[in-house]
Amino acid sequence: MKTRALAAGLWGLLAIILLSACGAPAETGEGVSDDSLITVGFSQVGAESDWRTSCTNSVMEAFSEENGFNLIFSDAQQKQENQIKAVRDFISQDVDYIIIDPITESGWDQSLKEASDAGIPVILVDRAVDADESLYTAAIGSDFELEGKKACAYLKAYLDKMSYKGEVNIVDIQGTIGASATIGRSKAFDDAAKKYGWNVLAQETGEFTQAKGQEVMESILKRHDNVNVVYCENDNEAFGVRDAIESAGKKVGNNIEKGEIILLSFDTTRAGLTETLNGTILVNTECNPLYGERLASMVKTLEEGGTLEKHTYIDEDQYSANELVKSVTVDGKTYPVTILTQEILDERPY
Amino acid sequence: MSFKELKTFDINKSLISITILLFFIMYGAGMLIFGRQGFAKPQVFLNLFINNAGLIVISASMTMVMIIGGIDISVGALVAMDCMILGDLMMNRGWSAWSSMLAVVILGIIYGLTQGFMIAYLKIQPFAVTLAGMFFCRGMAAVISSEVISITNESFVNISQLRISLPLLGTLNKHGKMIYPFIYPSVIVAFAVVVLMFLMLRYTKFGRAVYAIGGNENAAMFMGLNVRRIKLLTYTLDGFLVSVGGILFCMNTMSCFSDQAKGLEMDAIAGTVIGGTLLSGGVGNVFGSLLGCMIRGTAESFISFNGSLSSWWVKITTAVLLSFFIIIQSCMLIFNNRKISC
Repeated sequence: MKTRALAAGLWGLLAIILLSACGAPAETGEGVSDDSLITVGFSQVGAESDWRTSCTNSVMEAFSEENGFNLIFSDAQQKQENQIKAVRDFISQDVDYIIIDPITESGWDQSLKEASDAGIPVILVDRAVDADESLYTAAIGSDFELEGKKACAYLKAYLDKMSYKGEVNIVDIQGTIGASATIGRSKAFDDAAKKYGWNVLAQETGEFTQAKGQEVMESILKRHDNVNVVYCENDNEAFGVRDAIESAGKKVGNNIEKGEIILLSFDTTRAGLTETLNGTILVNTECNPLYGERLASMVKTLEEGGTLEKHTYIDEDQYSANELVKSVTVDGKTYPVTILTQEILDERPY
Repeated sequence: MSFKELKTFDINKSLISITILLFFIMYGAGMLIFGRQGFAKPQVFLNLFINNAGLIVISASMTMVMIIGGIDISVGALVAMDCMILGDLMMNRGWSAWSSMLAVVILGIIYGLTQGFMIAYLKIQPFAVTLAGMFFCRGMAAVISSEVISITNESFVNISQLRISLPLLGTLNKHGKMIYPFIYPSVIVAFAVVVLMFLMLRYTKFGRAVYAIGGNENAAMFMGLNVRRIKLLTYTLDGFLVSVGGILFCMNTMSCFSDQAKGLEMDAIAGTVIGGTLLSGGVGNVFGSLLGCMIRGTAESFISFNGSLSSWWVKITTAVLLSFFIIIQSCMLIFNNRKISC
């Protein structure tokens, strides 16, 4: 008797848990398969940085129901296997389009093949993949090499305007090894250093973090006391480098003649731009996360039967609080430099 | 027949029946809620196996280790190291796919033997040994290469992407393509491992000894079982199976980097506990663990079919399920002990 009572109690408990677990999705599950809406599955890397979160928000805004979309969003929590699962789930749900912001460049052949066999167009965002080009419809991302070239061109133009004739002793704090941002920005740096005759003292990875950036810079400063320019491959590294320089008793700033160390940075996060506005960072080159609008228009083009270019780049700006350089020229093309003010900073969405 | 034996078989059956029921309820609920979105398609069910093939094998091995009263928290790191070795041998050293896989499996056996020796003969806590193992493997994976290796070896790609389609139950999707349900070879391997493990634990001398040691180590020793040797064998087999799981994992992801499979050990333990294996040892079933993994997979599918919930809900669901099973287990144990004592 006792056993039965216990068993009944346990089944009851189970039922309650299940009902409560299923109750939540039941509400939002309704009305999802509205035929007039374009269903889009979006697999995002995670929510590891402000940059990523702004990217997610921008996509969510652009693919809203008012704009005629039904967005199925999946956060992969920085795990590649979760992203592969998400793509398979999108295929089972028979979505109209799949958008992926891939965590890794490799390992996409299998799931992209499944998508292409199901006839679902795939658009890749932000990062590249090494799968066969026929497996995806289009890819959009940042031109990291161009970002690097713009930063180097700015430095060159700035030093010329200052009519600085001394030696440029430069250090490159690289990003995570193997990341496409690191590859592009480092390549631009190497080319520029060779072209302009800069003296490269060190080139080490700061893994895109403040802590590692500081650690690496501290050890570089112990070896070289003549550093006058630091090329940081993202904002977080720049903060670490600033701390390292200041604790070594040196000054960060724009006046190279007076022995101040110039910082260049990328990503234009809010914190990074705040440092740019107060002159700590000379120039901050944008890495635009606002893909939403662009993606929505790409999907609309496909929906209307149009074709897309295989690889496109998103437009990116460059910010400085210093008014000396108004524009930079890279490969014959002129790009304006935005002079940063508090208003511009306040208006930016990220 | 002793009381002890009676008791464990009782618990075994009731725990696994709860797991089975739970899986069907969850899956049925999914079909009801997300039926119009295609949750009822056979492919969704098969995807549970495709996505989790590696995890299923590793959970089967974890079940065996937990039945004997131990634990192995190095599995995630070992998978990362296996992937790294596989990638390095094939892509940087030009080994063939088969010989690389063989090498990984042999290394897995040696690794398991080492852990087993420390646990069985040096009598160190399994948690401590495998914790050290975890750091070792994660470190080695990064030492082998700190960069991402992408596997493009032709025969490895062909094996892993060989699509085995069922000729029936196909569905026409809205892009006008007829899609038949399919699996990859990894699913067959995973299923074979589960069946073999079940048979081995149930019907062989070794398998019964594993249950006996987990139930009561001293009693097993008095029965004349060579406890140390059986423990050594268990952890060696564990090293082998985890490496097989690692290869299956790699076949799904096709890329190797040192952070791969982070937290996989916890997923395997969660799947095993949800599947009705007691953390204290002596009770467990590999089919239960298979279902445990699939319950987690179903919860993941729920979240992604819903499309607007945060994916961290998977973790919360797992937490709820885990607590539920742990509470049931201890209730049953208390209840049984009382029955025996009166």
